[in-house]
Amino acid sequence: MSREYETVIGLEVHVELATKTKIFCGCSTQFGGEVNTHTCPVCTGMPGSLPVLNKQVVEYAIAVGLATNCEITRYGKFDRKNYFYPDNPQNYQISQLYLPICRNGKVEIETEKGGKKYVGIHEIHMEEDAGKLIHDEWGDVSLVDYNRSGVPLIEIVSEPDMRSAEEVIAYLEKLRMFIRYLGASDCKLQEGSMRADVNLSVRPVGEEKFGTRTEMKNLNSFTSITHAIENERERQIDILESGGSVIQETRRFDDNKGESYAMRSKEDAQDYRYFPDPDLIPVQISEEWIEEIRSRQPEFRPEKMARYAKEYGIPEYDIGIITDSRHMADLFEEASRLCGQPKKVSNWLMVETLRLLKEKNMDAEDIRISPQHLASLVELTEKKVINSSVAKEVFEQMFEDDTDPVRYVEEKGLKQETDSGAIRAICEQVIADNPQSVADYKAGKEKAIGFLVGQTMKAAKGKADPGTVNSLLKELLG
Amino acid sequence: MELKELTAVELGEKIAAKEVKVREALDSVFAEIDAKESEIHSYITLDRERAYERADRLQQLIDSGECKSPLAGVPVAIKDNMCTKGLLTSCASKILGNFVPTYTATAVERLEAAGAVIVGKTNMDEFAMGSTTETSYYGVTRNPRDTGRVPGGSSGGSAAAVAANECFYALGSDTGGSIRQPAGYCGVVGIKPTYGTVSRYGLIAYGSSLDQIGPLAKDVRDAAAVLEAISAYDEKDSTSLDRKDTSFTAALKEDVKGLRIGIPADYFGEGLDPEVASAVKAAAKALQDAGAVVEEFPLAHVKYAIPAYYTIADAEASSNLERFDGIKYGYRTEDYTDLHDMYKKTRSEGFGTEVKRRIMLGSFVLSSGYYDAYYLKALKVKALIRKAFDEAFAKYDLIIGPVAPTTAPKLGESLSDPMKMYLGDIYTISANLAGIPGLSIPCGKDENGLPIGMQIFGDCFKEDLIFRAAYTYEKIRGKF
Repeated sequence: MSREYETVIGLEVHVELATKTKIFCGCSTQFGGEVNTHTCPVCTGMPGSLPVLNKQVVEYAIAVGLATNCEITRYGKFDRKNYFYPDNPQNYQISQLYLPICRNGKVEIETEKGGKKYVGIHEIHMEEDAGKLIHDEWGDVSLVDYNRSGVPLIEIVSEPDMRSAEEVIAYLEKLRMFIRYLGASDCKLQEGSMRADVNLSVRPVGEEKFGTRTEMKNLNSFTSITHAIENERERQIDILESGGSVIQETRRFDDNKGESYAMRSKEDAQDYRYFPDPDLIPVQISEEWIEEIRSRQPEFRPEKMARYAKEYGIPEYDIGIITDSRHMADLFEEASRLCGQPKKVSNWLMVETLRLLKEKNMDAEDIRISPQHLASLVELTEKKVINSSVAKEVFEQMFEDDTDPVRYVEEKGLKQETDSGAIRAICEQVIADNPQSVADYKAGKEKAIGFLVGQTMKAAKGKADPGTVNSLLKELLG
Repeated sequence: MELKELTAVELGEKIAAKEVKVREALDSVFAEIDAKESEIHSYITLDRERAYERADRLQQLIDSGECKSPLAGVPVAIKDNMCTKGLLTSCASKILGNFVPTYTATAVERLEAAGAVIVGKTNMDEFAMGSTTETSYYGVTRNPRDTGRVPGGSSGGSAAAVAANECFYALGSDTGGSIRQPAGYCGVVGIKPTYGTVSRYGLIAYGSSLDQIGPLAKDVRDAAAVLEAISAYDEKDSTSLDRKDTSFTAALKEDVKGLRIGIPADYFGEGLDPEVASAVKAAAKALQDAGAVVEEFPLAHVKYAIPAYYTIADAEASSNLERFDGIKYGYRTEDYTDLHDMYKKTRSEGFGTEVKRRIMLGSFVLSSGYYDAYYLKALKVKALIRKAFDEAFAKYDLIIGPVAPTTAPKLGESLSDPMKMYLGDIYTISANLAGIPGLSIPCGKDENGLPIGMQIFGDCFKEDLIFRAAYTYEKIRGKF
């Protein structure tokens, strides 16, 4: 019968950095421009053009390196990776081989058994993205769009330290959290701003030596990564069990079919003739620069969660949701500080905000409400200036365009009626208009009071406090 | 004196003084071109119509006092490896035979800002690879001093145009001697400045870590004035330097008293034509008589310069020239079956023999398994050569030697023996490997009346001393 096998996995993760301009020229990195409009002589490989490094790329790379406990290379270089392909206008990609910016890091993850382990980071290097080929389905031509050419990437190469799909996902989630908290990228797998290639091999349990590995590409979601890992593990074990041997190759995963096929084997591997790019000067990083970046590192999610549990007394589940996005966490903290009501703030985020995000298919990062306005809203309800149903209406407006709730309530005349004389008059009118309900109530039907409260609220156009109305009616009805 | 005999600075003065119109200066240049170009062939492309349009616009600016640069209105020729917006820039290659740049090289932009009028683009060895201007796809350039001989290279068209009065000065580029050697062969002045002094943005790269743009000029003053105009920090070139000491014309003093000049004995050994050796030594003696302290010294590692140079330059070139693939611009083969076939045929048909030889050499030295043995070792040699010059400059202010082992060879003599051609670069390439400035100035003629070039090297940033010595020597030598 078959032996027990251990899966050994290492990842190469590409992350597109959220800089405004490209890595080696001043062109915009924005998505969705007309074809070949975000281009210049540099990113289209015109003769005589030269690259100039975007400092922000280095800052982001160092920040990610610090978050993942890497050593930062004080004297680094860029190298040319030479290969011919039309999406690569110079026919070499500027990358880092010999002296990458970060090395020897580690990331702590939680394993499925509830334990903790470290995944080593072999290196992080900076490089440029390629353009995009557009294949004309009718004509016999292919076209190239260089808008993406020169968009900055970092590649994070892990050690082969992961042993299951769960660990891989935990590692990716951790990386994504760091990078998103740093604002270095939005890390969307579907849109390609985060791409993971999975290097996987299997070996009999207890065996020291690694098996032959394959590299899996085209993984566009955590689900497909999980499927690809499970599928590839089975495929390799089947080969070994039937007496064959795994071929070192690159494979492409087909999400629809749930299986992979070979793209190229090691024998087809090109000689990239890497050498230091003579057009770029060495990347020299001072101690002061590193310290400056370190001092700006945000509080990351694990520390934030622990602190929230201690400081705010809100449920662990809520903390998890709120800290999933640094933007939401910042909103929570600042609004709580302003109004002193963390539970109320959390409530707005957990209920109305999540509902609207889902409804509008938005990300937490896209929330436009400012902490000042959210705090104001909490205060308006606390001081009973508006009641909860009006507050919801106001909130929806704030969600649209960060409307100032105080001004909105003022302009729309949504303030609760606080003049007790006026409410009393409305109550008296409602009692006079609804003799049947009054009779029911007096006959002991407690529920009838609900109807009367509703009628009063309606007559007050929602601007009365239901609690006040309730007690006032009871008082009037004796 | 005829207009064409004026130096660039003299012409600039006359234009500024309203004694000469910009059009007249152009007329002079085009008269020479019309008379000589069919034989000399300095230019790949002439830009006559636009030159006259620009001359008229410039004349207005000069008349109104808006343009006061010393070079305002002076016609210039640009080597065809510098991008000029709207004007064919072929690098003397078939593969760029239809390449019209969308932008202008920084050095050329600076000249235009200084009021230069571009006459046209000069011939060169294809992609600056060669020492004779014979590897051009567009035909050879002949040496105006003897039309049976080559003008040198790779900036042969620029040197010939200056020597033939087909322009008043020219820009060239120098990766291993490509300004200094043709200047020497054609009897004009040329300087390669300290690496990083002139922006490389828009210069179509050959060996990026070695390439520098510089002037070819009628005399030392012109060379200083032009270099002053084009030297500037450029944020578009990462290897560009922010120098504050580029007022080179201020260095033109007739005074070499106490200057310590070293003569590397290793530059006067086997392979050097005795006529060249004695002319250069006589020039050094003249400087000694003028008060300089001149002595011989051993310069280390000279014989390793050539293999190191060809390893580094070709490695960089093999990568720099990858972008010429028929996809985005330039020549594309007519018939092809797929992408790979298109690449192969385009590049096989588009590049000339010498370029292909260097691409293959460069690809080889970078390939897996050979990188350490060739490319890395060459970088180490480069560092040792730099160190040898550091040691020399600790003792000497300047170093003087020949530009080339011989005077200009006959047409067709060199290409049959590329090894011999490469060895001819022995005295010029070290300056590129060390990044130091080097100037070439005529210092005599051989028995056939061919110019002999002397080379003056300084340490990095010491162009001022080089100009001072060259200027002093030029005064002693008299009109060439």
